[in-house]
Amino acid sequence: MPENTKKELNIKPEEILEIIKDISGQDVYVCYQCGKCTAGCPMSENMDIMPNQIIRLLQIGAFDELLKHNTIWLCASCLTCTSRCPKGVDLARIMEAVRLLLLRQNVAYLNASDIPEEDREELPIQALVGAMRKYSP
Amino acid sequence: MKRIGVFVCWCGSNIAGTVDVEKVAEHFRTYPGVVHAESYQYLCSEPGQKIILNRIKEHGLKGVVIAACSPTMHESTFRNTVQQIGFNPFQLEIANIREQVSWVTEDKDSATSKAITSISQIVEKLKGNEALDPIQVPVTKKALVIGGGIAGIEAALNIAKAGYKVYLVEKEATIGGHMAQLSETFPTLDCSQCILTPKMVEVARHPNVELYTLSKVTKIEGFIGNFKVTVHKEPDYVKRADCTACGDCAEVCPVEVPSEFNQTLKYRKAIYIPSPQAVPTIYHIDPETCLGINPIKCNKCAEACERKAIDFDQQPEDILIEVGAIVVATGYDLYDKELMAEYGYGRYQDVIDGLQFERILSASGPTEGKVLRPSDGTVPKRVVFVQCCGSRDPEHHKAYCSKICCMYTAKHALLYKHKVHDGKATVFYMDIRANGKRYEEFVQNAIEHEHISYLRGRVSKIYQENDHLVVMGADTLSGKRVEIEADLVVLAMAMVPGKGTMELAKLLKVGYDENGFLNEAHPKLRPVESLTGGVFIAGAVQAPKDIPETVAQASGAASKVLEMFGQDYLWKEPTIVDVDGSLCSMCGNCVLVCPYGARSLNKEKHIVEVNAVLCESCGACAAACPTGAAQQRNLTDKQIVDMIEVALEIK
Ligand SMILES: Cc1cc2nc3c(=O)[nH]c(=O)nc-3n(C[C@H](O)[C@H](O)[C@H](O)COP(=O)(O)OP(=O)(O)OC[C@H]3O[C@@H](n4cnc5c(N)ncnc54)[C@H](O)[C@@H]3O)c2cc1C
Ligand code: SF4
Ligand code: SF4
Repeated sequence: MPENTKKELNIKPEEILEIIKDISGQDVYVCYQCGKCTAGCPMSENMDIMPNQIIRLLQIGAFDELLKHNTIWLCASCLTCTSRCPKGVDLARIMEAVRLLLLRQNVAYLNASDIPEEDREELPIQALVGAMRKYSP
Repeated sequence: MKRIGVFVCWCGSNIAGTVDVEKVAEHFRTYPGVVHAESYQYLCSEPGQKIILNRIKEHGLKGVVIAACSPTMHESTFRNTVQQIGFNPFQLEIANIREQVSWVTEDKDSATSKAITSISQIVEKLKGNEALDPIQVPVTKKALVIGGGIAGIEAALNIAKAGYKVYLVEKEATIGGHMAQLSETFPTLDCSQCILTPKMVEVARHPNVELYTLSKVTKIEGFIGNFKVTVHKEPDYVKRADCTACGDCAEVCPVEVPSEFNQTLKYRKAIYIPSPQAVPTIYHIDPETCLGINPIKCNKCAEACERKAIDFDQQPEDILIEVGAIVVATGYDLYDKELMAEYGYGRYQDVIDGLQFERILSASGPTEGKVLRPSDGTVPKRVVFVQCCGSRDPEHHKAYCSKICCMYTAKHALLYKHKVHDGKATVFYMDIRANGKRYEEFVQNAIEHEHISYLRGRVSKIYQENDHLVVMGADTLSGKRVEIEADLVVLAMAMVPGKGTMELAKLLKVGYDENGFLNEAHPKLRPVESLTGGVFIAGAVQAPKDIPETVAQASGAASKVLEMFGQDYLWKEPTIVDVDGSLCSMCGNCVLVCPYGARSLNKEKHIVEVNAVLCESCGACAAACPTGAAQQRNLTDKQIVDMIEVALEIK
C-alpha cells in the first residue's frame, strides 16, 4: 500500500476542480451527499474517510485534507458507487482523476523494486501491471 | 390613423434597471400613429392604472400599448381597467419588455433598442386591431368529479352542498381512495377510517350526488360549460338494493386471489367487498377471477344468497351525462418496488412498501393491527425504514421529492414503537422534510421519545441472510458505513400519478408534466385550474401531497366550479380564427391540425364551420391554411407581416 505522504502540488487550488473535470468529465457539485456510494463501497472498511467525503472535501476546496487519507488509493474501481449513484456522479472516475492528477506530478506511489521479491513472483502479472498503472506515473 | 398611446412600465428596477425607459418613451413620442408616450414606475398599481384612464380621455386614444411584463401576468388587469370607461379591451395590447427583454440581458443599450423594436411591433399590430366583443357561452350547472379519493369526495360534497348536481365517478368498487387504506394519520394520529368513513357515507347519500363506482370516463366532447361525457360502468353482478353485505356469498366462493385493498397481504374471494367500510356497502363480483360469470360452471354464491341478489346477467353500461365543469381527482399510486433491483423487491417477502405497512398497522388490516411480518407471521424486532426510495434519484428513477414520505416514515416508526415496545426502529433519510403545521414537532417527538435511530444516508443494497435482511447503508454524519440486520424493511416509495392518468389527460386535453402529474394553469396563481377551460384539478394527481393539502386543493377546485356556476353565461376571448369563404378551397388542412376539434368541413354548404366556443385561439389552422382564408382575429397575416417588417426595419 502506498504511503500517503503529502506531496507539494504545483497546481493552483482554484484549478483543481477544472482539471478533475477535464480528466473525469465529472462535476463534483452535482453530488448532494446522500452517501449511497459509501453505503455500497466494498473497500470502505479499510478507508479512513468515506467515498462521499472525498467529494465533500473537493466541494469545499479542501484538497490538501483529502490527500491525507488513503481513500483514493484504496478505491478498487469496482464502479458500485457509479452504478448506484442517484445523481449520476461517476465517483470512480473522480477517484481516478485525483490519482492521475497526483501521478502527473511525476511522483511514484509504488516502485516495482519496493515489492518484495517473493511477492513479485507470487502475484499474477495482471495484478502487477494493474498496480503499476494505478500507483505510478 | 388610430390614435395610439404607449405606456412604458419601469416595474421598479426590473425593467428600468436594464432598459432606458425614458429614452424608449421619447422614441415613441414621434412615432407615426402614436399621440402620447410616457413611462411610469408601476403601471399595474392603482395610480398607474388611473394615469392610463386619464390619458385615454385627454388624448382621445383609440389604442393603448402597455410595455411591461408578460401578458399572462397582467393583460387581463389592464383590459379590465380600460373597459371601465367603455374603451374596447381588444384595442389594448401588451409588449413584453420584462421576461423577453430586461430579464434576459444585462446590456443596457441592446435592451433599450430591443424594447423599442418590441414595442414598435405591437404598435404596428395594434393598428390592425378591431374592436371585438367577447363570446358568450351558456353554462350547464352540473359537475363531474373523476376519482373518489378524499380529493374527489371533498370537491363533490362542496359542490353538492352548494346546491348543484354532481356525478362522482370512481373506477374501483368503493370510494375512499388511498386514505381508506391508511391506519392513523400524521401529525395528529387520528384514525384514518374514523375521519373518512362519515364523509364517504355523506357523499354517497347526498341527494345532489350521483355515484358511479366500477366506472370510468371513456369519452368527452364539448367545451367549458357544456361537456358531454360518456361514463362506462362495469356491472356489480349483485343487485344493489337487495344486497345486505352479509357475506354469505364470499363464504362459499371457492376462488382466492390477493386483495388489492390489503396490498396483496391478504386474500379475497372473487365475490367480495374491498373493506367493511366500503361505500357502496355491497358485495360485487370480479369477473376476471370469478369462475366464468357462468352459473353453469359455478353458482355457489347465488345459491348461498338468501335475498337472491346475485345477478349474472347484468351488463356493462355506457351512461351519457352533460356537465359544465369537471374536477379531476384521480390521485396517485406508489412507484413500483420491483424497479428497485438493489432493494431486492420481488425476492424478499419482508421488504414491503409504505402502503403495505399501513395495512399491517391498520386494525382492519390483514394482521388486525398486530405488527407481524409477511414471511413467517412473527413480530419483527428490528425494522428498518428507508426514505426517498425512487424519489430524488434523477439518474434511475424520479427526480422529485415525494414530499410526504418523511412524515409517514416518522409516523410508521412511531406507531411501530407504540406496538412493539422492545423493537428497534432505524430510519435512513437524506433530509427530513417536515414543513407543515406541527410536522417538525411530530418528527422530533418521535425521535426523542421513541429513540428512533435516524441515520443520514441512502441505502445501497438490501439482501437476505438466513431469516433476516441486511441493509447496507451509510451514516454520513459520522462518516461511517453501516450494515444493519433487520427483520422487516419498509420502503418509502415515490408517489407517482395514478395509473391511467395520462390517458385521461389526453381525453380531457389537459397537460401533464414530465412525470405525468397534471399541470396547473399557473404554478402560483391558478393552482387548481388546468389550461383547458372548465377542467379543474385536485389532490395528488397534480403533485405528491398529504391529506390537509389535498382537501384544501379540492375545496379550491370546488370553489372555482361554483364561481362558474354563479354565472349564467361565460365569456370567452373572441380572438378566434375565422374563414373567408371566398378564399377557402375546402382542403381541410385546418380541420386536421386543430387540436381542439373546433373546425369542421360542411361539404353541403361548401364552407368550413368554426365553433367559436371550442376555438382556443392557438392559430394552428391559420398557419396551416394555404390560401389565407383562415385569419385570426386581431392577428391577421397582414398584421404579422407588419410586425416582421418593422422588426427587420424594412418598413
Ligand atoms: C404510505 C402512505 C401513508 C400516508 N399517510 C398519510 C398521513 O398519515 N397523513 C396524510 O395527511 N397523508 C398521508 N398520506 C397521503 C394520502 O394518502 C394522500 O394525500 C391522499 O390519499 C390523496 O388523496 P387523493 O384523493 O388525491 O388521491 P387517492 O387517495 O389516490 O384517490 C384517488 C381516487 O381516484 C380513483 N381513480 C384513479 N383513476 C381513476 C380513473 N381513471 N377514473 C375514476 N377513478 C379513478 C382511485 O381509485 C382513487 O379512489 C400517505 C400516503 C402514503 C403512500
Ligand atoms: S452516491 Fe452520488 S450523490 Fe450520493 S454521495 Fe455518492 S456521489 Fe454523491
Ligand atoms: S419527502 Fe422526504 S423521504 Fe420523501 S422523497 Fe422527499 S426527502 Fe425523500
